[in-house]
Amino acid sequence: MRYARPTSAAEASALLAGETGVTRILAGGTDVLVQMKAGMVEPDLVVDIKAIPGIREIVAEAGGFRVGAAVAGAELKAHAGLRAMWPGVVEAANLIGSTQVQGRCSMAGNLCNASPAADSVPALVAADAVARVHGPGGVRDVAVLAIPAGPGKTTLAKGEFITSIFLPARPANASDAYLRFIPRTEMDIAVASAGVSLVLDGAGKVASARVALGAVAPTVRLVEAAAAAIVGTKLDEAALTALAAAASAACSPIDDKRGTVQFRTHVAGVLARRAAIIALNRAGGMK
Amino acid sequence: MKTIAVSTKINGDAVDFVCAPDESLLDVLRNRLGMTGTKEGCGTGDCGACSVTLNGRLVCSCLVLGAEAEGAEVGTVEGMAEGGTLTVLQQAFIDHAALQCGICTPGILVAAKALLDQNPDPTDEELRFWLAGNLCRCTGYDKIIRAVQSAAAQMRSA
Amino acid sequence: MALDNQPKREFKVVGTRPPRPDGVDKVTGRAQYGADVSAPGMLVAKILRSPHAHAEILSIDTSAAEALAGVKAVVTSRDFGAVGDTIIDIGEDSSPLADIRDNCLARGKVLYDGHAVAAVAAVSAEVAKAALKLIKVDYRVLPHVTDVDAAMKPGAPVVLSGRVEETVQRGKSENVTHYCEFGHGDLESGFAAADLVVERSFTTAATHQGYIEPHACLASMTADGKADLWCCTQGQYNVRSVCAEILGMEASQLRVTASEIGGGFGGKTSIFIEPVALALSRKAGRPVKLVMTRDEVFKATGPTVSTSMDVKIGMTKDGRITAASSHLRYSGGAFPNATVDMGAQAAFAAYDLKAVRTFGWNALTNRPKESAYRAPGAPQAIYAVESVIDELCQKLNLDPLEVRLKNAAKKGTRSSYGPTFDDIGLIATLEAAKAHPHLKAPLGPNQGRGISAGFWFNFGGNTCVTLNINTDGTVSVTEGNPDIGGSRASIGMMAAEELGVPFEKVRTIVADTASLGHNDITDGSRVTFAVGLATIKAARDAIQKMCRRAAAIWGIDEEAVEWVDGAARPSGPNAGQFPPLTLAEIAAVSFQTGGPIAGHHEFNADGAGVSFGVHIADVEVDPDTGATKVLRYTVFQDAGKAVHPDYVEGQMQGGAVQGIGWALNEEYIYGADGRLQNAGFLDYRIPVASDLPMIDAVILEIPNPGHPYGVRGVGETGIVPPLAALSNAVSRAAGVRLNRLPMSPPRVLEAILSKG
Repeated sequence: MRYARPTSAAEASALLAGETGVTRILAGGTDVLVQMKAGMVEPDLVVDIKAIPGIREIVAEAGGFRVGAAVAGAELKAHAGLRAMWPGVVEAANLIGSTQVQGRCSMAGNLCNASPAADSVPALVAADAVARVHGPGGVRDVAVLAIPAGPGKTTLAKGEFITSIFLPARPANASDAYLRFIPRTEMDIAVASAGVSLVLDGAGKVASARVALGAVAPTVRLVEAAAAAIVGTKLDEAALTALAAAASAACSPIDDKRGTVQFRTHVAGVLARRAAIIALNRAGGMK
Repeated sequence: MKTIAVSTKINGDAVDFVCAPDESLLDVLRNRLGMTGTKEGCGTGDCGACSVTLNGRLVCSCLVLGAEAEGAEVGTVEGMAEGGTLTVLQQAFIDHAALQCGICTPGILVAAKALLDQNPDPTDEELRFWLAGNLCRCTGYDKIIRAVQSAAAQMRSA
Repeated sequence: MALDNQPKREFKVVGTRPPRPDGVDKVTGRAQYGADVSAPGMLVAKILRSPHAHAEILSIDTSAAEALAGVKAVVTSRDFGAVGDTIIDIGEDSSPLADIRDNCLARGKVLYDGHAVAAVAAVSAEVAKAALKLIKVDYRVLPHVTDVDAAMKPGAPVVLSGRVEETVQRGKSENVTHYCEFGHGDLESGFAAADLVVERSFTTAATHQGYIEPHACLASMTADGKADLWCCTQGQYNVRSVCAEILGMEASQLRVTASEIGGGFGGKTSIFIEPVALALSRKAGRPVKLVMTRDEVFKATGPTVSTSMDVKIGMTKDGRITAASSHLRYSGGAFPNATVDMGAQAAFAAYDLKAVRTFGWNALTNRPKESAYRAPGAPQAIYAVESVIDELCQKLNLDPLEVRLKNAAKKGTRSSYGPTFDDIGLIATLEAAKAHPHLKAPLGPNQGRGISAGFWFNFGGNTCVTLNINTDGTVSVTEGNPDIGGSRASIGMMAAEELGVPFEKVRTIVADTASLGHNDITDGSRVTFAVGLATIKAARDAIQKMCRRAAAIWGIDEEAVEWVDGAARPSGPNAGQFPPLTLAEIAAVSFQTGGPIAGHHEFNADGAGVSFGVHIADVEVDPDTGATKVLRYTVFQDAGKAVHPDYVEGQMQGGAVQGIGWALNEEYIYGADGRLQNAGFLDYRIPVASDLPMIDAVILEIPNPGHPYGVRGVGETGIVPPLAALSNAVSRAAGVRLNRLPMSPPRVLEAILSKG
């Protein structure tokens, strides 16, 4: 295995594109090193991107924030501005692993590892976050929703990698929330999860919403029917019931060592409800 | 594979070592530098026995490449006591019987210190969630929580 | 040796809480565990393991691996010798040595996913890993079976042939190797006399001790056939016996030193890698370090049995148990074991019953060979029994604690497994629980409270202790049991107590096998009891010698000298007017009065007292997700005499939390392919700090008549009650009774949803 530490995005792209063997990007390393240890991957080249300028920074941009691809969870948590604007995204990212893992893990890495149960992804999708991709052909912006292609697979082409994730500005009376189900209180991979982002109108009703589910399908699911069920409401019981039902209906999970189909389907609905209520309260509504 | 030469700082001392590109910082500490205070319980970031600080942040050294230590500052359990004097935290673990077999103790001490450095007055719940990544199989965590809170109180009143 | 009852003893050291002697080393990272030592010229070893649950080994070709640059030795089962019919007694169980040997390296067949097939020693881990890939193993895959009930059916794939004991009835699969039966009385009339009979079936998954330190050793054999072995183990003498036989060497030529141990709980009483490392070292002529990965620990060390059980109990409407029976089907993996005997004996041990029977079977499955995990066999059986008793209490509207008290075993009870009990602490622990504020704390919605009693036999065993009186007045105690729970402190305290010197004057060390006579493994909660007993006797031996020296100094009769408060003095005014001679003073002149002074004791201890416990658990169950939160937990246990209360509490708390994990989330998950799916701490879910409340520990002291201070073992009982305490609590909180462990959220939710 070779280890490289490029000092520009262009250099990194060139290294990745030019390598005939297996490559892996190293930001926090909390997936890559685990997979290496388990013998699941034997990279020929590991490209450490942490020396690329800006890749470890959070920068205010166009009313929102651009988060460098190697920013660690602990750094997100410490950023008061980002936490205030996108509490759901930050709490989701902060659920990845232990305190030690939080000292290293990144949202971009979580996204590109493409586990169906990745914690940051439903919240990023609910937030309509956008990934900036550097490649041999130049730079492009891609909706986070379009990055996962299947378990362990992304839509990125050879030589491409994410340098930052953009979280857009929020109007007033908007907020988000993320909940996941795990059997213990920490340290588990999500068995089911829900990210909900809401914007309220002047009367406290939901003007627009995005509901995304994790760990219930091969990739994250953006559930338009679930969002539609709560638009125009103040999350009364009927709306919440319809939300939960739409969320459950959108699930196509598997039975595995972490959960059953029945369990995941049921709990996805429960979590969508509970996350919507938290988001509403954060946005200034009352529930 | 060819080895990489790394210059770093461990517990305040300048240290140079060579390592393979795929060696973890944990491997380097234990096998190259003979610093066996940091333990391997799982090698996959699930148990926290390998906890160290990297540039002041609590991390699992099994999830850091040795090569990444270049130019960084690493803190291990061996760097806690000042010369022959135990820290308040270390002494509290002995006083409160917060260890039985002791294998998780270095990781827990490094983790607890990292918390108290940024939050000198945590609630029990904050402390428990902070330490969730440090598995202990012997104590059931009860005496560990008491020891850390006792040390924290002592340090606050000092 | 009987309890010191006359006069009632005032302890000066025992019962206090001095700092443990290894504390500084462990909080600074200086303590050396199994993987922490290296040797010049050391090689790194790695093991090749079977990817199949069951397969014949047609051939193994190691030639390419041997030819790889940097590889210094490759071994297979061919490198282990014939071992005849030797049975190794491991304290709580016994095993044919051939089984231990074949578990270390497969012979003829691989019997479980992860079974070791070959091993290499090379100059680096990188070369060793590459060498493993070059070993060609030709397997003929066979059908496998991992479920205990499936394994018992005629027609099931047979794991090992020719291992069925005579007592097993015909008509079952050849996998059923063992049968046992215990109890007394007339079940039929007992059940007829009951107002309500409940009969239930239960299953429990295999669990693992989950020690944080993987097995590790450093083996160094030299050309003259002598070897040194450093390893983390609960019994270095057992390691020596087993390895010497497998390697075909005399035990005296093998010196085994026990490292500090990073958890054992019974799982490190077994031997997995040490013979392999020694064989590699012999072939390579260099030291060999072998450390297991976490994945290997789960796949190829010794989890618990998995079980399928039926329990039937009859009770009158005022709460008297009239009859009780259980059928226990245990599987201890691919090699025969008799853990079901202990489950069968422990199942009803807490109760005074006229009619009680337990029937037990062991069946082979394609799983790793079982090892002890605190009170082996008892948690499962007692979980089933205590669950049925709780269900009877619910249905008859009786208080669960009162029903335990009504039926509790006591002094003079003929136990369900045979012996008649002497002084025991069950009623005292039940009364303490009854009086505790925990029972009166109010419960909210979706919350429930469960209680359970628990029991463990405790053991004695072969023990040697030497106690040296140093000329500066300090004392060195040499014992042979690795310190897994703070025993060095307790042993030093007992020596200090007996000698009448401050604890700080005593240093206790754990000896290697060359430096002390045989000691049975650290198991059966035996160390504080048996090694403590030997230490007391060794101290009394030394005291007798010091008195003799004082008598000689004073010129009086030996019988006229007594030992009081750390000094020899004339036993009465007639003996003579001499000021007392302290231990330090006698020691200082020992070279002039006859030479160095030491006491020692070697014996096979008996008189270990059983230990009863009662646990109370409060939980809250989320009815929408099936998640269980433990709100409050209290442990009551009889320690006989708590030598070092902090460490007694530690055993109680640690055992309770292991039981909580076992009840809620821990299980071995096998796929249809017979492979273990969760061989890591990510998906083998042990409790983390945020999962738990404080664990309140209440120590009762009903002295064990078999020990001079009244000590009972405490290490194991604590894991027994939590399974039913949690199950009873969850069942009451969720309004549905579960009978399968673990009670993971999907199972709890399914039960809630099907109830409607």
